[in-house]
Amino acid sequence: MSVKRVYVDSIVIGGGAAGLAAAIKLKDLDVDKVMLVDDRARLGGVLPQCIHTGFGVHCLKRDLTGPEFAEILSSYLLDKGVEILLEARALELRYVNYYEKSVIVVSRRGLVDVRAKTVIVATGARERTVYEIGVVGDRPAGVYTAGTVQTLMDLYGVMPGKEIVIIGSGDVGLIVARRLALQGALVKAVVEAKPWPGGLIRNVVQCLEDFEIPLLLSHVVKRIIGRERVEKVIVAKVDDELNPISGTEVEITCDTVVIAAGLKPEVKLLEGAGVLMDPDTGGPVVNEYLETTLPGVFVSGNALVINDLVDTVVEQGEIAAEGAKLFIDDEMTAKYYLRVVRGDNVKFVVPQMLMGLREEITLYGRVVKPIERAVINIPEIGLTSRKAKIVPAEMFKINLLEREIYRNVEGHKVTVNVLSEGT
Amino acid sequence: MRITRVIIIGAGIVGVSIARVLSKYENLKVHLVDMEPDAGWGVSRANTAIIHGGYDDDPRKYPLRARLCVRGAKLWRRWSRELDIPVNFSGILVLAFTDSEINELHVLKERGVRNGVPGIRVMLDKDVIQALEPNVSDDVKAALWAPTGGVINPIEAVIALVENAVDNGVITHFNTKVLSVKVSNGEVVGVETSHGLIEADIVINAAGLYADEISRSVGVEDFTIKPRRGEYYVFDESAEPKVTRVLFPTPTPKTKGVAVAKTTEGNLMIGPTAEDLSLDEKEKWGTTERGLKLVWNEARKLVKALPPLSKVIKVFAGLRPEPPHGDFIIRSYKYPHGFINVAGTRSPGLTSAPAIAYEVVRLIKSDIGVKLVEKSKWNPFRCGINKFRKLDSERRAKLVQEDPNYGVVVCKHRLVTKAEIVEAIKRIRKIGAEVTVRGVKYRTWAGMGECQGAFCLPLIVKLIADLEGIDLWKVKLTREGSEIGIGDIYELVRR
Repeated sequence: MSVKRVYVDSIVIGGGAAGLAAAIKLKDLDVDKVMLVDDRARLGGVLPQCIHTGFGVHCLKRDLTGPEFAEILSSYLLDKGVEILLEARALELRYVNYYEKSVIVVSRRGLVDVRAKTVIVATGARERTVYEIGVVGDRPAGVYTAGTVQTLMDLYGVMPGKEIVIIGSGDVGLIVARRLALQGALVKAVVEAKPWPGGLIRNVVQCLEDFEIPLLLSHVVKRIIGRERVEKVIVAKVDDELNPISGTEVEITCDTVVIAAGLKPEVKLLEGAGVLMDPDTGGPVVNEYLETTLPGVFVSGNALVINDLVDTVVEQGEIAAEGAKLFIDDEMTAKYYLRVVRGDNVKFVVPQMLMGLREEITLYGRVVKPIERAVINIPEIGLTSRKAKIVPAEMFKINLLEREIYRNVEGHKVTVNVLSEGT
Repeated sequence: MRITRVIIIGAGIVGVSIARVLSKYENLKVHLVDMEPDAGWGVSRANTAIIHGGYDDDPRKYPLRARLCVRGAKLWRRWSRELDIPVNFSGILVLAFTDSEINELHVLKERGVRNGVPGIRVMLDKDVIQALEPNVSDDVKAALWAPTGGVINPIEAVIALVENAVDNGVITHFNTKVLSVKVSNGEVVGVETSHGLIEADIVINAAGLYADEISRSVGVEDFTIKPRRGEYYVFDESAEPKVTRVLFPTPTPKTKGVAVAKTTEGNLMIGPTAEDLSLDEKEKWGTTERGLKLVWNEARKLVKALPPLSKVIKVFAGLRPEPPHGDFIIRSYKYPHGFINVAGTRSPGLTSAPAIAYEVVRLIKSDIGVKLVEKSKWNPFRCGINKFRKLDSERRAKLVQEDPNYGVVVCKHRLVTKAEIVEAIKRIRKIGAEVTVRGVKYRTWAGMGECQGAFCLPLIVKLIADLEGIDLWKVKLTREGSEIGIGDIYELVRR
């Protein structure tokens, strides 16, 4: 039995915030045949399990919950004539030629080989697991990632446990701590290896301090102990190199350990297709339209880089859609090639390539450690901009105009540094 | 025809192999008893998963190991075909880095020849070794090549064997702990279990780590089974560089050392350590920092490169049942008549399991004196669950057409579909086991990818709850006490 082929202008893989925004934008730009596939039974990606507020503050000028935000984006999409395939999984992405990429999609209806001029990968991220963060010991019931806890609680109505220890103080960890506390659990500690919290200060106050949940900075969970179910964890203080200090171990009894140790872009399809990856972001290397090293293959949202806010995810979806539109119209012509590299105190920068494709350019980056009186500096184009403080929990953004770069740059490289004023 | 009733204690790889072989006989009624909710949850679920090359075991010191390993490896070729068990006879390379290790390789080679291992040879040039396995360390000086060895999926092997045994009339009793073996007038009469007495004429003790306790309860032989812990790393399928052969260092008297191998499911795996625990530590299945560090450093010596640590998706520990003198304990007794010990089946226990089963048949015939009558109809075959991820597009399309649930991917990283999960649940029920998340995972490989089930756990739990007709939160990961939650959120609030 051969696999049926269908031809489209654009296929969006993933129906979360990035994918929905991309599909809406494609139709607003009058792209004809648009298909969106998602492996879940309903649109929205992880939004429906995020019942806290903070969604849409910038892009919709409203402070919404995840389910509300998903509902609004989905309703924009529904009358636009996008072919939506749910419970459908993209198994393979292959670059056939400039005008044709093959995406094999499986659903209840069978296998289909979607031949698309452009592909927007919006597959989101996955959570880092207990095995990736060096916690040893037993693996009993009661060890869950934060996302699994959200799903169990707010999509399935399951209370995971009574006494909780959370590993990781990023926004997800903080929000899940509050969620569990609100439901009557005793959150005994949020354990963070770094000397500063991973999430926004606002969330530290609203999710931990308001609920009297202890935040253990410069600490790690070394070991989980329990036979059928978690019984306790061993927590230790760490030194400046994040190595546990012997003799500082303490036991915390609990029945649940929540792993909120960060996210990784979901990039299997892209790796399979052979695009260049950036070890700093875990996502692909892209240009200012978020196009990967394979022409016509775009990426947005957490599959590109782990974002803090849904607003930037939406923004990236829209940029990718604009790129796809240009590509379809045969207007994707590079003027030059510039590589953007990370400099001092910078963990990553996206996009990593500039090609003179777009008038307004947004660079996203993250610092390695908090910087007071920060100066963002790109020496090659003579750019300097100041901010009171930049912290790792918040991605920084640099808005540039293409003509400023084109006029000024020598060589084929620009470096983004974040310095502290006076150094 | 007089029916002889047989109880096998322990549904690990050894117990289920015996069950399968005994299911061939018309005049045996076979009961398989295990304290766990499902088969293979002891030693069999966490080991190096290797079909050994047959050169390791000195026939003078360990006659049973030497003989049964070679015979077992041959039997696995047939059994894996009949039972649709994932195997890969990729061959084994034992690497030497010093002159004394090269000498040891020659000793191993001679031993292998004596044990009847085909094709075994020592290679003394790096280019020849690296032609077979390009990722072998540049420091290698020589290698023993045992081409008939390989890897097997041990938990799937256990499951396949139980399914086949049950299909041929074996009766299972899961969640049933054997409290003692009952003896009357010098003969075995049954076993007392947590669910009452099961009568039998023959009791076969294949209780793995706990075989010493069972044996002691009959008073026949006082030996101890010590747990020996081994820790492992498993890498993601996409992790490079991989190996195609199983790589071992030159063994020491205590252990074969840390291996580097690719599993039948395509993951690079390194391990194990060999740490002797005490008799009261048979529950110590946890990993340790020290053990894992050792595994990494030892494995690192065998290859040019390991994949980065960021590609590790899982670490785990296994326990091996270590007998006092190193060799398997497989024997029957005059008193009590009808009792057979199959204990201390440490490495190469997995490799030897099919041969051990035939050894037990021999004991039943010769020592216990039962004349066995073969069934006229015995089904040697069992088909595994159709694995979507292992098929090409055309066969996938055909499957989805036959059953649309094959079109719904539940575990996205290992590409396990809803149809496979549903089929696994059906099969768990069919062998009389309890449906658990772990049971589903072992039958489908769902949750064995890079996210380790973070996405699919709730979906699997929902499917189990729906099909079993129970509340979601009551679904168990493993045993009693491992429920995924403590209650329904809204009921808890109302209470």
